Amino acid sequence: MLKYANPTYFLPLVATLLPWLIGATVAAFAIGLWGAFFSAPADYQQGETVRIMYIHVPAAWLSMFCYATMTASALGTLVWRHPLADAAQKAAAPIGASFTFICLVTGSLWGKPMWGTWWVWDARLTSVLVLFVIYLGLIALWQTIEDASRAARGAAILTLVGVVNLPIIKFSVDWWNTLHQPASVFRMSGPTIAPSMLWPLLVMAVAFTLLFTTLHLMATRNEILRRRARRLAIQAASGETDAQPTHRLTMTGGAP
Amino acid sequence: MSASPLMALFSREIRVARRIGGGGTMGVIFFLILVTIVPFAIGPDLNLLSRIGPAILWIAALLATLLGLDRLFQADQEDGSLDLILTSDTPLELIVLVKCLAHWVVTGLPLVIAAPLFGLMLALDPQALWGVTLSLLAGTPALALLGAIGAALTVTLRRGGLLMAILILPLAIPVLIFGVSAAAASFSATTPFLPPFLILCALTLGTLAAAPFAIAAALRHMSE
Repeated sequence: MLKYANPTYFLPLVATLLPWLIGATVAAFAIGLWGAFFSAPADYQQGETVRIMYIHVPAAWLSMFCYATMTASALGTLVWRHPLADAAQKAAAPIGASFTFICLVTGSLWGKPMWGTWWVWDARLTSVLVLFVIYLGLIALWQTIEDASRAARGAAILTLVGVVNLPIIKFSVDWWNTLHQPASVFRMSGPTIAPSMLWPLLVMAVAFTLLFTTLHLMATRNEILRRRARRLAIQAASGETDAQPTHRLTMTGGAP
Repeated sequence: MSASPLMALFSREIRVARRIGGGGTMGVIFFLILVTIVPFAIGPDLNLLSRIGPAILWIAALLATLLGLDRLFQADQEDGSLDLILTSDTPLELIVLVKCLAHWVVTGLPLVIAAPLFGLMLALDPQALWGVTLSLLAGTPALALLGAIGAALTVTLRRGGLLMAILILPLAIPVLIFGVSAAAASFSATTPFLPPFLILCALTLGTLAAAPFAIAAALRHMSE
């Protein structure tokens, strides 16, 4: 792990992995979407609108998975001082916010025909909305604090404080009477969803996870390159030449 | 590690707040203004006001707490006493706890005392007045501590107020939910007071235990 803290190793690794990941993502989406829209049956009660589930549920899972990834990166920044952890965390925040947004919007589109309302303030929807606001707060924190390493540590602390929301989201349908349906897949006594609907759902979940991994690696790489570009611009502006380069192994703005 | 540095810090905070003024009184005035604005917005129907009165008082208390929070660490950061605090022998978590406690005494306690008076303006019945006061008494320390997390994260920013509010409000939502639930429960026998009130107390105690670590970590990392 620490070997890849050096961007010189990390960037070529990303370059080799990325084509495979993109290919796997496309393949998984192809299988999953075919399974979702053609192979899986319509629900006996909801009809064809149940197919929103194959987008809505994986997006919800990924929004929480992304936050868990950010929590791991936050621990990497604060506890182990891993130099790339803050780049990974900064890169993940907009992706997680997008997945949460997709989850909220598709859920809303699903809720209108099913529940008769675009939105309801029950525990599950409210806690996911709170997750969305936490993501936006993290992005705002990153953009407001100029010093990159200080922003990284502040965002790491905020991520760790906000992680308490994740179990609240997961168990909100158990702890409260909610309009949102209770857990049907990740339950102690096994999933209650029909197998013909379960496998496209799981394939779509794998596809979304591959998509997240691809986007996250690309975004982390872009963040590293962005910092490199800024450092080069600062060097050029301050008149340093290649004869006297500053030796830096870490890509963050703070002390190694 | 004797308690006297902490006592000295506590009395300093109270003295500074009293001399500079503004903290507690401004908070109460802002509280009053918010309570005044709402009937202008929703009409003077006393029935409606008494039903949503606890919620209005809680939201106003939350916003008044938010506005007073930037004084908590920024003044010290500006004149350099935060650096002295960070390098002192006393554990930073205890110092932070004492500062938050002093801040709550200066800004939160006046809100709790003013709440039943403003509740009368919103036509709350005596049981609801008790409910609101008790729930605010139990919940405002939690709001002060959660707010201090945001204040510590934004301590070096000039215009950090809006960002601080964005960071704090999601964390304050559970306190708000159970606080209003406890406050609004009192005037109907069907909705109980004790369960949400006890959960509110649990939230405050949990925040009391956990928040100082987050605040101290934020201060250490964010002030330079």
